[in-house]
Amino acid sequence: MPSIKDIMQTMEYGPAPESNSEVRAWLDERAAGLGHFINGRFTAPGDDLIEVVNPATEEVIGRVPKGVAADVDAAVRAARAALPKWAALSGFERARYLYAIARHIQKRERFFAVLETMDNGKTIRETRDIDIPLVARHFYHHAGWAELVDDEFPDHTPVGVCGQIIPWNFPLLMLAWKVAPALAAGNTVVLKPADLTPMTASAFAELLVEIGLPAGVVNIVHGDGETGAAIAGHADIDKVAFTGSTDVGRVIRRQIAGSGKKLSLELGGKSPFIVLEDADLDGAVEGVVDAIWFNQGEVCCAGSRILVQEGVARRFFEKLTQRMKTLRVGDPLDKTMDIGAVVSKKQLSRIEALLETGKAEGATLNVAPVELPKRGAFCAPGFFTGTASSHTVSQVEIFGPVATTQTFRTLGEAVALANDTRYGLAASVWSENVNRAIELAARVKAGVVWINGTNMFDAAAPFGGYRESGFGREGGRSGMLEYLALPADKKGKPRPAPTLVPQVQPFTGKADLPEIDITAKLYIGGKQARADGGQSYTVIGKSGQAIGQAGLANRKDVRNAVEAAGKATGWGNVTGHNRAQVLYFLAENLSQRRAEFAAALAASGASPKAEDEVELTIRRAFWYAAQVDKFDGAVTATKSRHVTMTVNEPFGTMGIVAPDEAPLLSLLSLILPAIALGNRVVAVASQSHPLIAARLYQVLETSDIPGGVVNLLTGDRDVLARTLAEHDDVAALWYCGSEEGSAMVEKASAGNLKSTWSDNGRLRDWRDPKQGQGREFLRRACQVKTIWLPYGE
Amino acid sequence: MTDHFPRPEGTPLTLDWFEGHEVNLSAAERRAATLPTRRTVKKEWQAAWLLRAVSCIDLTTLAGDDTEGRVNRLCAKARAPVRADLLEALGVEGLTVGAVCVYPTMVPHAVRALEGSGIPVASVATGFPAGLSPLPLRLAEIRYAVEAGAREIDIVITREHVLKGEWAALYDELKAMREACGDAHMKAILATGDLKTLTNVYKASMVAMQAGADFIKTSTGKEDVNATLPVSLTMVRALRDYGERTGQMVGFKPAGGLKTAKDAMNWLILIKEELGTRFMMPDLFRIGASSLLGDIERQLEHHVTGRYSAANRHALA
Repeated sequence: MPSIKDIMQTMEYGPAPESNSEVRAWLDERAAGLGHFINGRFTAPGDDLIEVVNPATEEVIGRVPKGVAADVDAAVRAARAALPKWAALSGFERARYLYAIARHIQKRERFFAVLETMDNGKTIRETRDIDIPLVARHFYHHAGWAELVDDEFPDHTPVGVCGQIIPWNFPLLMLAWKVAPALAAGNTVVLKPADLTPMTASAFAELLVEIGLPAGVVNIVHGDGETGAAIAGHADIDKVAFTGSTDVGRVIRRQIAGSGKKLSLELGGKSPFIVLEDADLDGAVEGVVDAIWFNQGEVCCAGSRILVQEGVARRFFEKLTQRMKTLRVGDPLDKTMDIGAVVSKKQLSRIEALLETGKAEGATLNVAPVELPKRGAFCAPGFFTGTASSHTVSQVEIFGPVATTQTFRTLGEAVALANDTRYGLAASVWSENVNRAIELAARVKAGVVWINGTNMFDAAAPFGGYRESGFGREGGRSGMLEYLALPADKKGKPRPAPTLVPQVQPFTGKADLPEIDITAKLYIGGKQARADGGQSYTVIGKSGQAIGQAGLANRKDVRNAVEAAGKATGWGNVTGHNRAQVLYFLAENLSQRRAEFAAALAASGASPKAEDEVELTIRRAFWYAAQVDKFDGAVTATKSRHVTMTVNEPFGTMGIVAPDEAPLLSLLSLILPAIALGNRVVAVASQSHPLIAARLYQVLETSDIPGGVVNLLTGDRDVLARTLAEHDDVAALWYCGSEEGSAMVEKASAGNLKSTWSDNGRLRDWRDPKQGQGREFLRRACQVKTIWLPYGE
Repeated sequence: MTDHFPRPEGTPLTLDWFEGHEVNLSAAERRAATLPTRRTVKKEWQAAWLLRAVSCIDLTTLAGDDTEGRVNRLCAKARAPVRADLLEALGVEGLTVGAVCVYPTMVPHAVRALEGSGIPVASVATGFPAGLSPLPLRLAEIRYAVEAGAREIDIVITREHVLKGEWAALYDELKAMREACGDAHMKAILATGDLKTLTNVYKASMVAMQAGADFIKTSTGKEDVNATLPVSLTMVRALRDYGERTGQMVGFKPAGGLKTAKDAMNWLILIKEELGTRFMMPDLFRIGASSLLGDIERQLEHHVTGRYSAANRHALA
């Protein structure tokens, strides 16, 4: 050991280990293995055990069983049995439990921090100062929601039994993000921690025993991907919540398609970190430290693509290189370390392979001059220079402490580069000019935007992705809604199959022909368009007679319509007042042609009270016109001197597949909320009553709806629905068809993980405003973007 | 480690090194808040760091009731800041503070009291703490203190120049002061509590260095807010930028508000992380403080004995 005199010259830090003796003792007592936590009890660990390794030391610190179907079954049964009592508790009673959890987390904060560090490899600084405090904060916040749920979410009920599958990068924090809102809303839970990091979840289960949470309310089943699949696929699970890779997210989306289970996915990212030339460069350099060199870069929302304006790029990279020299990598239990161990050797190899690919493709890897410990899964932090958009490392999530970099010239180019990704989880924007910063925040496709900061989290601020980063939000009001159901979600009878099957050959049966032939076309890009396939199908009316011909749209028509919708970008940018005026005008024009629509509806045989349907449709247009400039975001109380805004942003292009029943009212009940919030829609009108759509586009044309905002297709519902579901440029899809169709749509939507909303082939009474309109429609028509804006001079 | 380096000469006033430079408050606060949570020193390292902090202290008395006797006592403490038996136990000899800092009229007393110790006398000057007496008088005050034997002059800037963005006026004033200092080192007190914004702090730091300051110093100790970590972070970053541009090495002195051993550690961590080890030595780092030493002494005794110490076991400064 150096003398004090020597240290006075070298001024080195020396070792500063956090003691782990209590945790070691706890682990020793459980060396034989931890069991599942089912119905308030720990099961015997059994023989088929997964070894849990401390990635920093490569020691085995515990063993957990690999849950099989029977374990999952027992856990789901326990959760189901516990549900009625738990859901029936008053908000205050549930709040008391959540409060007790929060309090006990705080009382055991050091224990959890040390255990998390030993299990995951992340530094004690992070578990102590970030993970565990956020866990406590999450339970506090949701104790509040439990208290308020009846007041704040009238008419809502718990979803039921929730299957939750969480990742290894923030083990206890992700558990908190899942369990807290589920319990607050009155659900019960079956949770599977990652097999790499199951320890804090087990300790948490012991804490639940300590606070006396009723048995079965939270069940924890250990295991790997197969165990996760067994939970997601279990017939008695009502909701699946998953955080993890986009690939597994896709598998789950497909697995439970058509099951009617509610789903939220929080997946991967390749988030841009944008440095404008007027940024505080030193501040932004520290931002990079907090972005990609936080948690060894194993962060789904890590700022992993650094985009720097050309004029300051050289200086910024110099500063970054300089900053890397003081990064400390090593024993995560040492309080002076910035970067600990990657979660496993396997993960480390994956990172290293990607870094090799980056170099092979021509980029330069700048690495921190650190000496890595001889043992353990350590990775030197760094950043690439010379990376282009086309490089693998620019596109693929490295999930390690290495960022790519690119430069840009203008703000517009920054937006283009930022959005040049399949993902859309987060973005970080650095500028001292609020005009430029907010412009970027508005134009970046990401669920969370941090201005002059990064990786800021709070239980009150919704977190979640756009695009292939998933759907659903965690935190705040939006997060609670993922765990609540509306009565309309559990609705009635199965929808009958369409009465009309498109026939394109000449129709020789009885016909009720108009004086002059009417040509019903498709409506694409503001123009009436003949079907691409050059085919029409015969429409049969009330009395079984042919009443006309409708265009039979095919895949290419869907493609053209999506293309047209994609170009109508202006609609989302006009003021709410403008959009409201257009919707009012649409109502006005419908009103003028009331008799004509009533007659058409009557002739179609679809509407027993045709005049009422027209009247209700006009009212619905008024209701959404009224909502346009009132369905607002919010400013959320997170940290002091931070404005944290949640903005309801349109998806962009939405697909809508309308049912046969109430063909005018249902079609517009779906289109209106979507366009009210600024989306463009490609709508498939009622398969059996397509002539209503042909009349409707004439009204759209006269109502100042810009071309491309509403595109109407007619034809085979499920053929068109499939193409829409598979289309990667459609961001959201609402489907009102059959049960099988719902499954098909949900499965096919996994390609770009579009947000889907289907009614599982159950009829909805469109006339009833409780079922046919409402804030739920608006909520489903937008995605929440959370913008963090710290301020102060 | 304390190899000599050329005295910083300053540069012509170069506005584009700082005009348009904005410091983001929240980002600076986050960095400042996490510096002490990312690093710590324990055991022998802690003792060594505490001793290093002692060597960087400008032991200060700047009160209206200062007398020769008060200054003598302070100087005696400066010569032997830590009890001899503790130093022996720690294996360290010849430890003194960095300087003694007094008002100009106290300089002769301090010079006498420190004779032969090698400890420099620092004098505040230029109408400390407000700095609003006429410039000729302020310059004369510098010369008075230098003639009386002060080897370091802690001057205060005219805050008005910063608040109004009169950079040339600030530069000229500082340049004249530096000239008046002659061979004595000039520590430029920015009175950051009066400047309010970190952006102002950065700009004032740059101008002071361009005018040839040997040290930039946060506060007089008399403003509402004295040395804070975000302000210090901003100043050392300015110092780093200036060093990168000119190759000149300028020292940093936080003053006012550092009262505990923990504070001293935090500031040393700041310096190590942002500037490097070389800048932790007393020729480039000083802490302006009066009560800090007492807390450090108690921590050192705890290190030696394993028992928590009491103030009355250590000589009063």
